[in-house]
Amino acid sequence: MFDYKFNRTTLVYLLPIALLIISLFVGRYQTPLSAVVDESISTFSSFFFGTPASISTQHTVLFNVRLPRILAALLVGAALSISGASFQGIFRNPLVSPYILGVGSGAGFGACLAILLWNNYLIIQLMAFAFGLLAMFIAISMGKVSKGTGTLVFVLSGIIVSSIFTALTSLAKYVADPYDQLPAIVFWLMGSLATVRYGDLLYILLPIFIGTLVLFLFRWRINILSLGDEEAKALGMDVEKMRLVIIVCATLVTSAAVSVSGVIGWVGLVVPHISRMIVGPNYSRLLPMSMVIGASFMLVVDDLSRTIVATEIPLGILTSLVGAPVFAYLIKKGRMGWN
Amino acid sequence: MELMLEVKSLAFSYGNRPIFENVSFSLKKGEIMCILGPNGAGKSTLIKCIAGILKPDNGSVFIQGKDTVSLGVRGIARNIGYVPQQNEVVFPFTVLDFVVMGRAPHLSMFASPGAEDIKLAKESLAMVGISDLAERPVAKLSGGQSQMVLIARALVQKPALLLLDEPTSHLDFGNQILVLETVQKLASLGMSIVMNTHMPDHAFLLGDRAAALSGGRLVAVGKVETVVTSKMMSSVYGVNVAIREIEDMKRKVCLPLRR
Repeated sequence: MFDYKFNRTTLVYLLPIALLIISLFVGRYQTPLSAVVDESISTFSSFFFGTPASISTQHTVLFNVRLPRILAALLVGAALSISGASFQGIFRNPLVSPYILGVGSGAGFGACLAILLWNNYLIIQLMAFAFGLLAMFIAISMGKVSKGTGTLVFVLSGIIVSSIFTALTSLAKYVADPYDQLPAIVFWLMGSLATVRYGDLLYILLPIFIGTLVLFLFRWRINILSLGDEEAKALGMDVEKMRLVIIVCATLVTSAAVSVSGVIGWVGLVVPHISRMIVGPNYSRLLPMSMVIGASFMLVVDDLSRTIVATEIPLGILTSLVGAPVFAYLIKKGRMGWN
Repeated sequence: MELMLEVKSLAFSYGNRPIFENVSFSLKKGEIMCILGPNGAGKSTLIKCIAGILKPDNGSVFIQGKDTVSLGVRGIARNIGYVPQQNEVVFPFTVLDFVVMGRAPHLSMFASPGAEDIKLAKESLAMVGISDLAERPVAKLSGGQSQMVLIARALVQKPALLLLDEPTSHLDFGNQILVLETVQKLASLGMSIVMNTHMPDHAFLLGDRAAALSGGRLVAVGKVETVVTSKMMSSVYGVNVAIREIEDMKRKVCLPLRR
């Protein structure tokens, strides 16, 4: 079980790479295979040998529009899924999503506030990120103030924080300019990767990398936290400290992802379940699988969002429209991977 | 013989509600101690205090002469194995994955278990006689099987002392005896064992040492014969109890009397 076997499960790990290549071809602007190959070669040679870079439309479409967006979809999907899986483990609840501690509502309000006050793309991202983290810190400190530091207290604190930020977001919508700001707010809240550039990826890469790395290193320990506080303590775990580290890292990853994509539901909740059906509940295998499935799922959904109709369909809508039936089908098949 | 466990004037309370105080006893290597007492007397709480899961208000616990406070959670888990009454796993880990988790106190923080840990887990599954369950999901096991899995996980910790919290409480007659036999086997291998039980008769079956916890105090502690007496059991449980010697089995039994 721990030894390496080349089987279908291993093949799943190649899925994101295959999808990345396929996604380069997908879009309203036609790019035949030969063009993609030509442009790839010229880009590589300009990158490595300093030959003049291509300035053709094809080049712009492939490498300045599609590729950053593809990379963002992979990154955001992986981030939301690893954090969802981690939260499910430490809260011992398979119905938990990355937004359990109010991170989504916090980030949403941060973005709304930025749209109202500055309407600068960079500040919107920054505010979304900062308010996501702020929501978590408020939830954690509320959870710590009350004496019983069980997971239930954290969940309740998350609900409280969430409802406050949701109310504030509604207030922001209410006072927003209905012709200019309100559509921007609504569009941001539904989630989209349409405007992603390489620069955005650079900002979120570091927090996502750090958070993911720590979660990845602690992945086996999440198994033990999922047994409950008393048993984890009996197995020599400093439960409070470990739980805090995982909450902070999962939130860091979620906030960073949400800051470029907007609040995208379903992915962080459903992907861990699909992954559990493939590799079982052991977090040693579940976390890497969740990242791979999450990245793939998000990329497919984003491909759909930019091809189905002439205008963009917001991602948050599609993740639910695609994710919910898939999930329903899997539940019917009855291999849930939890009790 | 080597002194394994020393509990010195332990006291615990939930808020303002005292559970027990001034609990002291000691245990040598390979000895079994059965803790008896009515529901709510604090038997589980006492076990959890010894295991370091709950922090006692007062008193101290020494394992092989070392104060458990100085050992820390990880150090305690390397010396003391704790078998909870029941476990509620949310995710259906396989038995082997579950038992390997007992290696946690021996592995560095970032490590996942390796081949050696898997081997130890398989050995302890064999020790309690459930090797054939290794790939089954924990949640699908019967009461007796999951009790054995919990014992196997504690054994993987390689503890000097094993604490069992009413290991027989949800089991049928046959499985109860199976657990007791396993406990006896472990003791004969040199492990010290503290076990809560609601059946005074189990103390006779194991035939070693016993203690009675009642009204927040350890009212009796010592050899089974001196603790499980009709007078003591009647006062602890509030019902009339008779102790009889079964001649051809050469052991005593504890039976309730009809009113």
